[in-house]
Amino acid sequence: MIQRLPAALAALCVSFLLSACGTPEQKPVLVFSAIPDQDEAHLMQRFGKVANYLSEKLDIDVRYVPVKSYSAAVTAFRNNEVQLAWFGGFSGVQATQLVPGSYAIAQGVEDPQYLSYFIAHHSSGIPYNNTVTGDGFPDGMEGRSFTFGSKSSTSGRLMPEFFLREQFGRSPEDIFSRVGFSGDHSATIALVQSGAYELGALSYKVWLREVAEGKVDLNKVNVVWVTPPYPDYHWVIRGDVDQRFGAGFADRVQQALLDLNDREILDAFPRESFIPATNEDFLPVLETARSLGLMD
Amino acid sequence: MNTTAARFRRTTLLIALIGFAALWLADTRITTGDPGLELQRIASGFLAPDFFASDQLIPAIGYTLAFALQGVAVGFGCGFLLALFWRWRLVRGFSAVIRAVHELFWGLLFLQVAGLSTLTGLLAIAIPYSGIFAKVFGEFFEEADRAPAHASPIGSDAFSLFWYARLPLVWQHMKTYGAYRVECGIRASAILGFIGLPTLGFHLETAFRQGDYNEGAAFLYLLMLLVLSLRFWLKPMLMPVWLIAALVWAPPRGNVTEGSLSRFLTQDIIPAPMRQADWQWHQLGDWSSMLLHEQILPGLTQTLVLGTAALLVTGVLSLMLFPLISRQFGHPLSRSAGNGLLVILRTLPEFLLAFIFVLLMGPSMLPGILALSLHTGAIVAHLCGRFTDTLQLRSDASHGLNRYAFEVLPRIYPNFLALLLYRWEIIMRETAILGILGIGTLGFYVDSAFSELRIDRALVLIAAGVILNLLVDAFSRTLRRHLRLRHSLSDLG
Repeated sequence: MIQRLPAALAALCVSFLLSACGTPEQKPVLVFSAIPDQDEAHLMQRFGKVANYLSEKLDIDVRYVPVKSYSAAVTAFRNNEVQLAWFGGFSGVQATQLVPGSYAIAQGVEDPQYLSYFIAHHSSGIPYNNTVTGDGFPDGMEGRSFTFGSKSSTSGRLMPEFFLREQFGRSPEDIFSRVGFSGDHSATIALVQSGAYELGALSYKVWLREVAEGKVDLNKVNVVWVTPPYPDYHWVIRGDVDQRFGAGFADRVQQALLDLNDREILDAFPRESFIPATNEDFLPVLETARSLGLMD
Repeated sequence: MNTTAARFRRTTLLIALIGFAALWLADTRITTGDPGLELQRIASGFLAPDFFASDQLIPAIGYTLAFALQGVAVGFGCGFLLALFWRWRLVRGFSAVIRAVHELFWGLLFLQVAGLSTLTGLLAIAIPYSGIFAKVFGEFFEEADRAPAHASPIGSDAFSLFWYARLPLVWQHMKTYGAYRVECGIRASAILGFIGLPTLGFHLETAFRQGDYNEGAAFLYLLMLLVLSLRFWLKPMLMPVWLIAALVWAPPRGNVTEGSLSRFLTQDIIPAPMRQADWQWHQLGDWSSMLLHEQILPGLTQTLVLGTAALLVTGVLSLMLFPLISRQFGHPLSRSAGNGLLVILRTLPEFLLAFIFVLLMGPSMLPGILALSLHTGAIVAHLCGRFTDTLQLRSDASHGLNRYAFEVLPRIYPNFLALLLYRWEIIMRETAILGILGIGTLGFYVDSAFSELRIDRALVLIAAGVILNLLVDAFSRTLRRHLRLRHSLSDLG
């Protein structure tokens, strides 16, 4: 491959040494991350606007880092690679548990009343029902194949599994003939619509959006059960930001988020607006995660 | 009769038997719903790729190439150093262990310490590749002719002997193999995007997962273009230029924050029960037995079943596919078409194949087996096909099926078996990806452990996978030795 491999290797070693020396301390930059509950494409474009807004409001450089998964976001938050993050319910409590002193500062106005939809392929014969009834699951779900979304999604896994266990008194593996993880809300719709899985559970927001966009054939797949409401997405900030960026910084970030009313920026999340939040708001999620053995 | 051919027949029978046993044990129930709509969307995505949907195309290509080139270069160097000590058992064992862990898992581990950084991308490729290079180079040295060394003047020092009498014999093979590894490195680098590094895989996976097939197809075409065009721009002469460009584009630098390394070593990887101040042995026992019964054993069983079934299907597929590119069959046009098909099959990410098969056949283990087999089968077929090009057949040799069955197949069968057995270890490793897609292999539990941020569990599960891999490798080596198969130097794959 290479005649000059030694030279290239030497160059590589030198750059290693250089990078090991580290870069001089620069002006602090606030780095944040976010995974929206739908449409994860073009994150840089969309959240770049959020970064600009925060930068203007806080008078400091703000940078957005795209992440792939909730757990990657939590790891970055824990390592102080990001100081502020828009988490799902479960990843948010993971973060506040792992980083002492970190806390929730805001949530979407929709988030205290988040829902999951259970959807079914028409061949299952389970009747359509998109209202929160408080009743148990419809008949005919047992013994069918079922798919969650991503493993650490609150609306695609955590809460659906919680309600299944609560009402059937058994694990999903015992209720259904097969249990899968599609990895994504949209993938859950695609898999149930194609009949690969007979049932699935996902975020109500993704369902409503895909229906509105005409991507769903309602003759093939439809909602059969709606979970009771639970708290989901929220902003979490590290406790040590005041030390790093100046006293009262966390409060200013919170205020900036609550003041947000630019439709275009809010659509990145997508939320109507943000309202204050505290760690206590998400205790139910924490309890659920513990009861499912997903956290110690 | 104990002829050479009989040994091949017996081994083939053995592979077929365990393969069928695995297929029988595996859940292969086919349930087809109505996949038409989704397949139509996928097809229209591939027909109308959207290259302008993302502004991240250029950086994604840059990072993909940078991690691949840097990782392969470092792996090449370290593998070479390790290969010098190949007679030491410790070095062989060490190399086997580091290559048994999938790039994705190395990446996930480094993510904990070095964050989403260029260093993570580099190390995730460089470490397993060091193990792979060490093995291949080590075997090159072992198999190389010793005559020049013996013929050297008595009293020549070891350094000169190595430099003048041994290295020149294998250097050409090392370069060829290194170039081949760059192609693998690009694919591996792209796949690292699945865990969040900013390579092509990042956008590719998001797009396909969310059903943006037009955009996903664009990224996939680009990846294929990169791999297909390699031979035009990956010239030995230009290699230093490319490497320096890679270093300038993505200087390897970790986001190592204060205390993250010590936290990783002293807390994260310590089994959860042992983190309490007053822990008891029985707590550790409960934890281990929970892990063993709920995750390790089911995971190992599924991995073994899936990997073994995939081995058989891979074998059958590669025997069917290699004539497509062989100069002994067809004509130039059909061969280029065959070549294109094989490139497509081995570049299509397994997760996409698996998703399409899940749509078609429902969520059994079959989609995983097929995805893995098509991918690996295309690679083995490619290598076998290339090998047939070197065969000299008599000018009156038969044609068509007779040529295949009586002229070509018997001649390449030893190489085919060697390649297939060698690939077994790699197939087992690749089941990791299917685990991340939700098929219940060991990789599934590793992925769950990482997403629950339980690094202690992830490490134990990864270790279990390593042991399985070492066992499979040892078994395949025994079989190869029994057959006296010595893979020809450059076609290891």
